[in-house]
Amino acid sequence: MRKKKWTNKSNHFTLDGNVVRLKKNLTIHNTAEFLNDIELLFRKSGESDLSVDLSGLDNIDSAGALAIHRLPENAGRYNISLKIENAGKDIENKLSLFSPVKQKTEQSHTKEGILYLLGDRAGHFLAEYVASFFYLVSDILFWSVRDLFNRKQRRKGEFVNQAISIGVNALPIVMAMAFIIGLVLALQSSSQLRNFGANVYIVDLTVIAMMAEMGPLITAIMVAGRSGSSIAAEIATMKVTSEIDALRTMGLNPVRFVVIPKIYGSLVTLPFLTILASVAGIFGGAVAANLYLDITPEIFFNRMPEALYQKDILTGIIKSIAFAFIIVITGAFFGFRVKEGAEGVGRSTTSAVVAAITLVIIADLILGLIFY
Amino acid sequence: MNKEKIIEVKGLKVSFGEKEVLKNVTFSIEEGDVTVILGGSGSGKSTIMKHMLGLYPVTPNTISIFGQDIVTIDEEQELKFYLKLGVFYQNGALLNSLTVGDNVALPLEQHTNLPADAIEDLVRTKLNLVNLEDAYYLYPSQLSGGMLKRAALARAIIMDPPLLFCDEPGAGLDPVSLANLDELILKLRDQLGMTILMVTHEVTSILRVADKVLFVDNGVIAFEGTLTEARQSEIESLKDFFTVGTGGKKVTH
Repeated sequence: MRKKKWTNKSNHFTLDGNVVRLKKNLTIHNTAEFLNDIELLFRKSGESDLSVDLSGLDNIDSAGALAIHRLPENAGRYNISLKIENAGKDIENKLSLFSPVKQKTEQSHTKEGILYLLGDRAGHFLAEYVASFFYLVSDILFWSVRDLFNRKQRRKGEFVNQAISIGVNALPIVMAMAFIIGLVLALQSSSQLRNFGANVYIVDLTVIAMMAEMGPLITAIMVAGRSGSSIAAEIATMKVTSEIDALRTMGLNPVRFVVIPKIYGSLVTLPFLTILASVAGIFGGAVAANLYLDITPEIFFNRMPEALYQKDILTGIIKSIAFAFIIVITGAFFGFRVKEGAEGVGRSTTSAVVAAITLVIIADLILGLIFY
Repeated sequence: MNKEKIIEVKGLKVSFGEKEVLKNVTFSIEEGDVTVILGGSGSGKSTIMKHMLGLYPVTPNTISIFGQDIVTIDEEQELKFYLKLGVFYQNGALLNSLTVGDNVALPLEQHTNLPADAIEDLVRTKLNLVNLEDAYYLYPSQLSGGMLKRAALARAIIMDPPLLFCDEPGAGLDPVSLANLDELILKLRDQLGMTILMVTHEVTSILRVADKVLFVDNGVIAFEGTLTEARQSEIESLKDFFTVGTGGKKVTH
């Protein structure tokens, strides 16, 4: 069947016999339309030979030049032999300046078996993450112990700054969250306890849960989100902007200079923050007990000494110390690992928070089992 | 022959807090010229450029580009306006999350209907023009300083803008790379007719490419003229730039 002849009109060319006469301008703003029109012409022209006359073309840019270079190949797909002719000097110059790249760089692909890839990934993970994590932990432990007895080389005022930043500034939000959790915990338990007539045990439940479990956990999660992210972002930014390199070339150990004050600040403040959070949670429990189980604050706080054991308080404090280490070390680890610019900083920060919260929960499980 | 004025700046005043950085800056830039803004560190060269790009607020009737007051450009015209500008930032300002190829392709993908293979051809051609075709699949973090600059230039010219702004294009480049960059800038002027505004300290580069020199001193344009006029100027601080910049000794005042 003979193909239907080209009858459509184009703003970019006219068809005169088997000569396509390009007109006006061919720039980045109309090249896409031109390519569509000429594709339609190739499909419908029914000619086996065409020539493209550029004499009517006033101006082209790089997109236009490349579109002209593509024409013979595009025409070839429809078995049309295409000639390009009559380019003015200016058009000729631009066609020569913007000619397509002949030898294109290929993206390198490695084709390896799945077992090889798994082994490679595992080896990479062990070498890159596990080994460097333990290296950083040992570095931090060494310097945090050594600097305890070496006041001279400690940065003056930095411990106080970090204690305020990590601990004091987090106090309102941590206490507010703990109060709400304590209230919700008591509220959810109250209906069950009422069914068994064990209303008064709401005190034991709230006090033990807050002191040994929820207080340290909520505090650690809040601090990981707040300060862990800030530690990772600070160190990652310092690395991206070569501040870490500058410290090294000044003979300063970046871990000692940047991380150790944060370790001290968090180790000192997190136990206090945890105790205050636990107290706020217990207050929340007392409010719920008063509202839903008719246990007055007097009864609640009189019962408290019977429910509260030294061991629970100690468990909470020990957990908070472990969590403080985990949060700072994780933040520092991901901060130092940053490789690229702004996006890398964001990625490190996210990884630091996710890893810190995960490790805190795992550590909570382990310590919970130990002190059970 | 009178050339068309592409940029006109009239009485630009800028203060940061109490510090008056630009007192009364007035100049114009003509079509097809490579104009260099020269001046000491902190003299306000980059500030002038950032105001022209609309990155800092400007009072009406102060800066017009392509005959249009940049303050009164409405949202509809804004895109068309920005498509006529290419900006070559000092640090490259490439997006780290994208490969070089994707960085350069970004304006084409966002602002044209070109098919993907045409975009790829165009990107490779522009990268080839700056001798960086090999870096198509690399990320900015894998490039050297000079390569970053060339990739940034490829992105700046991907839409064939009639007006190109270059902020310290030669900073940190070795002399050979700098000479190659200058050659490319001249090619853009001569073969594509681009109007180019450069902020730079590199005297060797200025001597190679500048048609016109604007010298910023004490918050005003202390000199405006051709490169030849600039070299013959009696303004001591401008003389010092050319003398010290070409390896001579500073004039003692």
